[in-house]
Amino acid sequence: METPVAEQAKATEVSVEERHYNVIGTRPIRHDGADKVTGKALYGADVRLNGMLYGKVLRSPHAHARILSIDVSRALALPGVKAVVTSADLATLDSVVSRVGEGAVNWRYLSNNILASDKVLYHGHAVAAVAATSLNAANEALNLIDVQYEPLPCVITAVQAMRPGAPILLQELRTNELGARGEIPTNIASHDQNMRGDLERGFAEAAVIVEREFTTGIVHQGYIEPHTATAVWGTDDQITIWTSTQGAHDARRQVAEVLQLPVSRIKVIPMEIGGGFGGKTVIYLEPVAALLSWKSGNRPVQVTMSRFEVFAGTGPTSSSVIKVKMGSASDGRITAAQVTMAYAAGAFPGSPVGGAMSVILNAYRMENVQIDGYDVVTNTPRVAAYRAPGGTNAAFASESVIDELACKLGIDPLEMRRINGAKEGDRRVDGPLIRRIGYLETVEKARASAHYQSPLPAPSTPGLKVGRGVASGWWGNWPGGTSSVSVIVNNDGTVNLIEGSTDIGGSRVAMAMQLAETLGLQAADIKPMVVDTDSVGYNDVTAGSRTTYSTGIAVHKAGLSIIQQMRERAAQLWDVESASVDYADGVISSKDNHIGFKELARKVGDGDGNVVASISISPNGDGVALATHIVDVEVDEETGKVQILRYTAVQDVGTAIHPAYVEGQIQGGAAQGIGWALNEEYVYDQQGRLLNGSLLDYRIPTALDLPMIEAVIVEVPNPTHPFGVRGVGEVPIVPPAGAVANAIANATGVRMTVLPMSPQHVLEALWTQGNERV
Amino acid sequence: MANKTAVQATINGEDVEFLCEPHQSLLEVLRDVLRLTGTKEGCNNGNCGACNVILDGVLVNSCLVLGVEAQGKRITTIEGIAPPHGLHPLQQKFLEHAALQCGICTPGFIISAKALLDHNPHPSEHEVRHWLAGNLCRCTGYDKIVRAVLDAADVMAVEVSK
Repeated sequence: METPVAEQAKATEVSVEERHYNVIGTRPIRHDGADKVTGKALYGADVRLNGMLYGKVLRSPHAHARILSIDVSRALALPGVKAVVTSADLATLDSVVSRVGEGAVNWRYLSNNILASDKVLYHGHAVAAVAATSLNAANEALNLIDVQYEPLPCVITAVQAMRPGAPILLQELRTNELGARGEIPTNIASHDQNMRGDLERGFAEAAVIVEREFTTGIVHQGYIEPHTATAVWGTDDQITIWTSTQGAHDARRQVAEVLQLPVSRIKVIPMEIGGGFGGKTVIYLEPVAALLSWKSGNRPVQVTMSRFEVFAGTGPTSSSVIKVKMGSASDGRITAAQVTMAYAAGAFPGSPVGGAMSVILNAYRMENVQIDGYDVVTNTPRVAAYRAPGGTNAAFASESVIDELACKLGIDPLEMRRINGAKEGDRRVDGPLIRRIGYLETVEKARASAHYQSPLPAPSTPGLKVGRGVASGWWGNWPGGTSSVSVIVNNDGTVNLIEGSTDIGGSRVAMAMQLAETLGLQAADIKPMVVDTDSVGYNDVTAGSRTTYSTGIAVHKAGLSIIQQMRERAAQLWDVESASVDYADGVISSKDNHIGFKELARKVGDGDGNVVASISISPNGDGVALATHIVDVEVDEETGKVQILRYTAVQDVGTAIHPAYVEGQIQGGAAQGIGWALNEEYVYDQQGRLLNGSLLDYRIPTALDLPMIEAVIVEVPNPTHPFGVRGVGEVPIVPPAGAVANAIANATGVRMTVLPMSPQHVLEALWTQGNERV
Repeated sequence: MANKTAVQATINGEDVEFLCEPHQSLLEVLRDVLRLTGTKEGCNNGNCGACNVILDGVLVNSCLVLGVEAQGKRITTIEGIAPPHGLHPLQQKFLEHAALQCGICTPGFIISAKALLDHNPHPSEHEVRHWLAGNLCRCTGYDKIVRAVLDAADVMAVEVSK
């Protein structure tokens, strides 16, 4: 079905609080755009160095096996092969956990994930790597590495891994049971709990109780650019790495830890990045390329993954099993909620179950609640962050149950959310008090939308079922991390903005616009650039929806420093006190004088000391983001196929700096959520081998699968950012699976409790629940 | 090591001669031999469209074409569609509509869209979505890409009618 383009073109809605900006809220063309539409922009795999070798990685064919021996002699003897590395080339690191990016990393596990040591823990686990003069020779050499394995039984899901007697992945692992260390080897890395109130009393007050168990499969971030790294280990022992990463400084830190070198020996040059969604916050190839360079006599080595390697060897996000029991009074007030959730971390501890525990109920006022979360290791790839990590699975479960409660009570599903929705001053289930948020505004805006007010469309073919669903999502953006920027005023009146935050979706222009707004200039007057780790202060990863927020605060502060310096320069020029000089809208003035920014920049020139500012900040603000989505679906009960007919995503974005890129984040997040909802999952055989590691068999949405996605921007300014910015990138992936499930229930009367809601799973649900349809 | 074959082709309007091994794909030749890295590799098996080029007027995945097959052919890559000192209307509209985020799929999309408009100057939204279903984008949800292509078609139609 086609949606008229003109009808859906309106996107930006009115601000809740009107503030007048000159640059913020406009849609200038991004500074890096021309290079990206003409093919000139250089991504990680576009690096070409003289004498460059090609590296390839040998990966485990087993899901779980002991490595008995590795013999690389035949590979080394192949003409063109210059070096082979295995975990024997890596130091054995202490089992120590450090904060890296948004999460925590155990250095031993990171190292063992980069090259397996005594055991391989998943199909695709890296075992060895070669560097050769051609890609062909490198691939051929992989076949000549002889690895003897002793295969072991495997566990693929959290449920399998938690069973008594399950094969143990990590002999040293003990459960962190609410802070106490367990005594026996286990696959359960941790059990955490959030609780408040009195569950028994809460359920006793309920007029209706719904209890369901949900399971979700493993899904991958699915960035189109495979991981790649190019390294030169110089004869001076300085290492240079070209890579596409969400955080060059974090990549440097991780390489330094794995190779046991000081960070000053390593320079990471961030290339343009072809998508990340959290998956490029951890390293895989960088230390391997560096070691291959060293062992091949300091030649440059480039290692690029195949698509299969991306699926099998890099972090997807967790599969999960989630039980939700929720009770509501007859007026729609939720009286109690109990949740038990287990997230599969893959081969090493670190699933996003903690994030999931905060997502699952935080959008609502909850008096009587208990949430138990388990982090469980499985013989699948070590998970990495994926956009609002853990959130989509969690909201699929909770938003389905809230919808079912509303249905049973005969309450409109958006009214149900209005009745229970959290607002400023309420206490979150996970503890903190809620500051200014725009959740109820998103619910009201969704309810008033043309989409929600319109009747359901007729089925495209007689017999198909049409339904509408809604769901909300909460995400507690990372309201901090370190951001460093430098600003230089050029003598032609333009301004260089030097940053270290990876630009993964247009953040250069968002930073330039915030500096232009601060200085009273135009976005085109600012020249934003992302530089290497030697050339700017430390920056945390572009992740956690933090960049436009945190780096934006740094940019604003640097701008204020430039303003102060420009006032002082003008004061010198006019021989007046700098306190008597004003700065407004790019004009510097005193009682008798005024001068434009550009003219003053030309006057002060370069000869009298440059006007520059360098700022590093680590804000500890607040950035909770909320969204409410509406979807219409058409279900073919003969085939189980679900088609998305119409989609509207309402989101509180604080302030939209560049509305087109804000809409893009909302639309892209919704599309990824729809893929998760309908198609995407890893398929394993009985031996734990990944069967669908290609973009044909792991099917992400195409242009033909989706309608236009209407992004409705609600602006409730965030009081902890100078322009009111909230992070926008992650929360739009939280509601889609729940919204689609609720739409399917509306269409068919059947509740889906499995992701993805693929034809197979939909048919199974129709057949098994067919008799109990609501 | 296999013997290399000399291949003559016209790439972006320029006559080019290159040596390639029989197993090398056109994608490898473009990126590694000719260093035209604007054509991207996303999957190397014809599923993502990031490597799309136009070969004698036909849209192809360059990862599924052998380098030696380029003999005597005319090839257009992302580096070859803009006029001197300017942008192709598709490139301009992708920028105006913010139809790219990370940009890795963008060359493939622009090439595919050009092939579409070469065949069908006035596509409907459905025709655009159907044609572009062989190009995967993970960032945008396709909304702004489809709008950019439709808008570019309108602009090009006006230019033709002038």
